[in-house]
Amino acid sequence: MSNAVELINLSCHFGPVRAVDGVDLEVRPGEFFSMLGPSGSGKTTCLRLIGGFEQPSAGAIRLFGQDAGRLPPYARDVNTVFQDYALFPHMNVRDNVAYALMVRGVGRAERYRRAEEMLEQVKLAGFGDRRPGQLSGGQRQRVALARALINQPKLLLLDEPLGALDLKLREEMQIELKALQRSLGITFIYVTHDQSEALSMSDRVAVFNQGRIEQLDTPKRLYEYPRTEFVARFVGSANVLEGSAIGLEGKYALRPERIRVQAGHHGGPNCLAGELLDVHYLGSQTRYEVRVGNQRLTAIASSDEQELPIGGPVTLGWEPSALRELEVAR
Amino acid sequence: MPNKPSLGLRLAFWAGMLFLHFPIVIIVLYALTTEDRTYRFPPPGLTLKWFGEALERQDMWRALLLSLQVAGMATFIALVLGTMVAAAMYRFQFRGKDAITLLLILPIALPGILTGIALLTTFKRLALEPGFWTIVIGHATFCIVTVYNNVVARFRRTGYSQVEASMDLGADWFRTWRFVVLPSIATALLAGGMLSFALSFDEVIVTTFTAADQKTLPIWFLNELFRPRERPVTNVVAVFVMLITFLPIVLAQWLTRDTDDLHGGGKTS
Repeated sequence: MSNAVELINLSCHFGPVRAVDGVDLEVRPGEFFSMLGPSGSGKTTCLRLIGGFEQPSAGAIRLFGQDAGRLPPYARDVNTVFQDYALFPHMNVRDNVAYALMVRGVGRAERYRRAEEMLEQVKLAGFGDRRPGQLSGGQRQRVALARALINQPKLLLLDEPLGALDLKLREEMQIELKALQRSLGITFIYVTHDQSEALSMSDRVAVFNQGRIEQLDTPKRLYEYPRTEFVARFVGSANVLEGSAIGLEGKYALRPERIRVQAGHHGGPNCLAGELLDVHYLGSQTRYEVRVGNQRLTAIASSDEQELPIGGPVTLGWEPSALRELEVAR
Repeated sequence: MPNKPSLGLRLAFWAGMLFLHFPIVIIVLYALTTEDRTYRFPPPGLTLKWFGEALERQDMWRALLLSLQVAGMATFIALVLGTMVAAAMYRFQFRGKDAITLLLILPIALPGILTGIALLTTFKRLALEPGFWTIVIGHATFCIVTVYNNVVARFRRTGYSQVEASMDLGADWFRTWRFVVLPSIATALLAGGMLSFALSFDEVIVTTFTAADQKTLPIWFLNELFRPRERPVTNVVAVFVMLITFLPIVLAQWLTRDTDDLHGGGKTS
């Protein structure tokens, strides 16, 4: 079976801005694939290229094996959930959801029946007569989802769909989206700047930086084996150590939870002596801010009985296997 | 807490309103006077007979019909071109965009006499005979901007993602226009169109430069003023015209209430 999406050396430039700059990737059918990156990293432009809303400057887009780089959005078997939902305010919820069927000439009875089914699937049964303006943010989100799914696309694009929701609703929707994707078995491409969202939902994640893919991996590998300093810092938090400080060559990432904090100064390999700057008690965990030389390092440990005085001497220690060597320059 | 205006301020307000609208009351009053040569005050008596006389004046009907046709055609042209230019200005970034905005506003900002002379010169150059269509073109130049202003404001408020959503869901350009764009700008078109119609309907200066011997209603009025007899007929027609221009403007304002869309209402000429 051919890949759902193939991007081949894809670029999209707006004047001097290289929004997408030579991206290669393959998305497998049925995959929950995330594009993660800070704003301006090219992830949304990349999604819009797949949807057909932007024209590539160079390179190719293949959807299910077919070349699609120049097809208009309405000729692609792809649907999108927009960041601002883009519901049609002059139509009620039922007509919004049935829109894709209406423009294809499906009869009224049939399209309303299927719209009602879709609304049930997103837990909005009975909301058909309302206007989008009468719904809450979370409900609008579900309408946008139902509208995009009614045509049973093989590929759904989601552009920061949960960005406008509050934290609790967001977490609920994450679980629902993932469950929906599993039950429908269709491919999701999900754009987000929230690394925890990307890690918890995705099968694979592409981390974008300055129009390029910095690393493409499963969430676990992305976190455990960040390839560059950018990925190490953007996905989770990381201490980046110069090798020279610990008697090694190159640069290394060290996750805060892999560091042990002990009172007093101790010598030895795989440890550094420093001064405790601050302690944040977070309940089950405690976060320590430590100055080592002119660097500030963070350590996170399960909370225990030990109480370390702020300003006092501490020693940070780690297993050699916790160090991840980073590529220094690309 | 809203402040209550002082007594002096309220008096000044009502004095201003009276100053602005007293002439309109006079027009209505003299449509009913029994005396037909001079505007004597107070009127010696009141009658409704001028309404009957006005309805039988064929020259008035011809002028009214011409004005309605001109205003209708100019509004139609303004709706089409104004919407197209609004779409282009909203959607695309290009060199000279600010210059185009200025060019659009110029016909309404320039004194009508300049617009009129410019049009007349141009028509002569192009060897266009003055007539119905030259009047329509003249009026359309300043009607376009009222439609443009209303529609571009609506576009900005609606955002482009609805268009993208429609195309994403399988609608081509035409259906997207039909099912999404047009419904969302419908009231803006109505408001802009009504303002255009009203602007065109009472235009005098540009019309005098672009017409041959055609008399639109405002020009018919000017001519009537020099007639010695049947003066109240003019006032009767004026009352009709007030209704014809007033009602659409009130309706347009009502249709776009709660929005700040009603732009370009005032023509300075």
